[in-house]
Amino acid sequence: MTTSILLVGVGGQGTILISKILTAGLVKLGFDVKMSEIHGMSQRGGSVTTQIKYSDKVYAPNIGEGEADVIIAFEKAESLRALPFLKKGGTMILDEREIYPMPVLTGVAEYPHNAIDALKAACPNITVIKAAQTAEELGNIRAQNIVLLGALTKVLGLDGVDWKELVAEYVPPKAKELNLKAYDAGQALQAQKTNA
Amino acid sequence: MNPAIMSGDEAIARGAWEAGCTVATAYPGTPSTEILENVAQYKEDIYSQWACNEKVAAEIAAGASIGGARVLCAMKHVGMNVAADPIFTMGYAGVNGGMVIVSADDPGCHSSQNEQDNRLYAPHAKLAMLEPADSQECKDYTIAAFELSEKYDVPVLLRVTTRVCHSKSLVELEKRDSVAVKQYERKPEKYAMLPGTARSRHVIRERLLEEMEEYSSACPYNYEEISNGAKIGVITSGISYQHSREVFGDSASYLKLGLTYPLPRKLIKNFAEKFDTLYVIEENEPYLENAVRQLGISCVGKQKLPICGELNAQIVRGALTEASIPETYKTDLAAPVRPPVLCAGCPHRGFFYTISKNSKKIVPVGDIGCYALGVAAPLNGFDFSICMGAGLSSIIGLSKALEQQGDSRKALGMVGDSTFFHSGINSLIDVVASEANVIACILDNSITAMTGHQENPGTAHNLMGLPSPQVNLVAMVKSLGLGEDRIRVVDPLDLDAMQKAMDDGIATEGPFVIITKRPCILIKEVARQNSGKHCKIDPEKCKSCKMCMKITCPSLAFVGGKATVADPANCTACGLCMQMCKFGAIEKVGV
Repeated sequence: MTTSILLVGVGGQGTILISKILTAGLVKLGFDVKMSEIHGMSQRGGSVTTQIKYSDKVYAPNIGEGEADVIIAFEKAESLRALPFLKKGGTMILDEREIYPMPVLTGVAEYPHNAIDALKAACPNITVIKAAQTAEELGNIRAQNIVLLGALTKVLGLDGVDWKELVAEYVPPKAKELNLKAYDAGQALQAQKTNA
Repeated sequence: MNPAIMSGDEAIARGAWEAGCTVATAYPGTPSTEILENVAQYKEDIYSQWACNEKVAAEIAAGASIGGARVLCAMKHVGMNVAADPIFTMGYAGVNGGMVIVSADDPGCHSSQNEQDNRLYAPHAKLAMLEPADSQECKDYTIAAFELSEKYDVPVLLRVTTRVCHSKSLVELEKRDSVAVKQYERKPEKYAMLPGTARSRHVIRERLLEEMEEYSSACPYNYEEISNGAKIGVITSGISYQHSREVFGDSASYLKLGLTYPLPRKLIKNFAEKFDTLYVIEENEPYLENAVRQLGISCVGKQKLPICGELNAQIVRGALTEASIPETYKTDLAAPVRPPVLCAGCPHRGFFYTISKNSKKIVPVGDIGCYALGVAAPLNGFDFSICMGAGLSSIIGLSKALEQQGDSRKALGMVGDSTFFHSGINSLIDVVASEANVIACILDNSITAMTGHQENPGTAHNLMGLPSPQVNLVAMVKSLGLGEDRIRVVDPLDLDAMQKAMDDGIATEGPFVIITKRPCILIKEVARQNSGKHCKIDPEKCKSCKMCMKITCPSLAFVGGKATVADPANCTACGLCMQMCKFGAIEKVGV
């Protein structure tokens, strides 16, 4: 069985870094892995999508609508945009962080502040993690991605690899301590949600 | 050794290194850019260089190959149009050291102005062609491309697509092959491409392609994958193979094509005979399908599959099977579009605000680069854009057409520094020589920004991390013969200076050049200098006039009837919004 994970966010949120860490861990666990990221113009504050698939053998690298087992959304409006990609019975973990796109900033479009209510009404497996807020409390909002990585590895039940060692390897040395705390916080937040 | 996880681009770079390549060159362009960036890490063994454009890159490669070195030359699909001239001639001349040309195509136009299918170049330019389907094949086929190039005396086109370039998968690493650089010998009968040489080389090329077609049917890159009892046969190549396997699994048999020019006609015939139903699954043009049909074989291809756009498993499934679309979740609440925008602090923003303010007096024309983002409302920074360099040449023709219909607006074109070095310089030569009544703008942000900060002739260091001479852009423009009164060099974030330059440009009959100079705020050194600085708006002083919102800065928001710096972490305190505010409500913090 192939597991398909979709990471969505806004350029600059660090989706690609945690995709790299996750992929490295999956390789260590002996899976065939494909990770697909589309970048280019999306670096400039646009929507960013990274797709990871793992199994004994993976063919196509990309994930279609209704095919994602897990979606991790780094931003509220992006979680709404990603919903059609979620498989029936799949799980979405989202951060309630709001980043306003230009049409909202200029007043041309409305921001969907009530997205979480709409998502919960449409889908049973929606988990909200305050990753950005947690990262900010720990010292830097940029560690939001590692909080979400902690939650993601918990959801996927991927044991047998030292994720914190990988986090330490991939983040800048001066941000190591903060990111290790962020990873633990993500694991704990997800554990609370699962037990609740 | 453990397998490494690599993108297609990284694997091509690795393949070049393992194959004993000693020279590599490219012009940056998504999705090809990371190939040369990764080659640069092997600088002990490979000389690598950003060329100022793809034609120059292909010519550097031609010289290296004739000289005896194994050479890699990478570009995005539209870059191959620029490089086509030397590439077609090298198709006749052939090689000495193996020559591999990488064309990175962009089905779906993720970051391109078209989705042309460069497989069609192979038969046209008489190049051999390999199409890898994942990162392992990217590495293996790059090595094979060098070997085939030398064996059949032909440049080899390694054709990849965005999804192959930017997907990561496992790659087995090997050691570098110690291939010596071949002796250079004078051979004008082969390489001095005058009519007589060309006529004889053409005959030789056709013969070698025939020989190579024999090989194509017997080579390890074209093979059948037969599933027991399968009634469907699929002929496919590149990423489409992965989509096909995803959809049909073991319910079909496959002819997986890797060497796709010359095509293995014998192998295709043999495969096709085994099946009642034959699908040809490929992205964009019916390249394989046309070849299959030419053999008198009926098949299903583009009558069901789209020519436009990137393919995925669901599109293939929907087109060729009865399978239902997977169920998913839906909600009526829609997410607002999130278009990419000029960064907070981007120097182009001041330029585009000035353009928007003068929209009644000018007709602005864009080009390829970050400044393409200036087209969006409300800045409406330009009316049309075509290709690299056209920003400065199309305005010559546009100025004539405007004049002929009595439109008094002045044509204004723009290119970035890298685009100026790429081909904008040629355009500007004609602007000056034809005395065109235009304003030519060069937006110099000291880097090739859109593709992720590659060095260019204007930067003080090169791809290999060594200091390099800086081509002086301003001196270059002056050397074309324009008087000082027709050239302005301004800071684009100084709105008064920008407007003054624009006024002068509009008032001056004939060619006028505006060079905006300020480095990209994402350059590490610049980012470090701006660290901790941001603007702050005093809500007491804000009169809610929304003037600051007109510059469309992503750090600003209008919340609860007041303008505010909503994202101080991204704000660079560039001060553009301060210049917009008549009430002195905005101040810089941390400066």
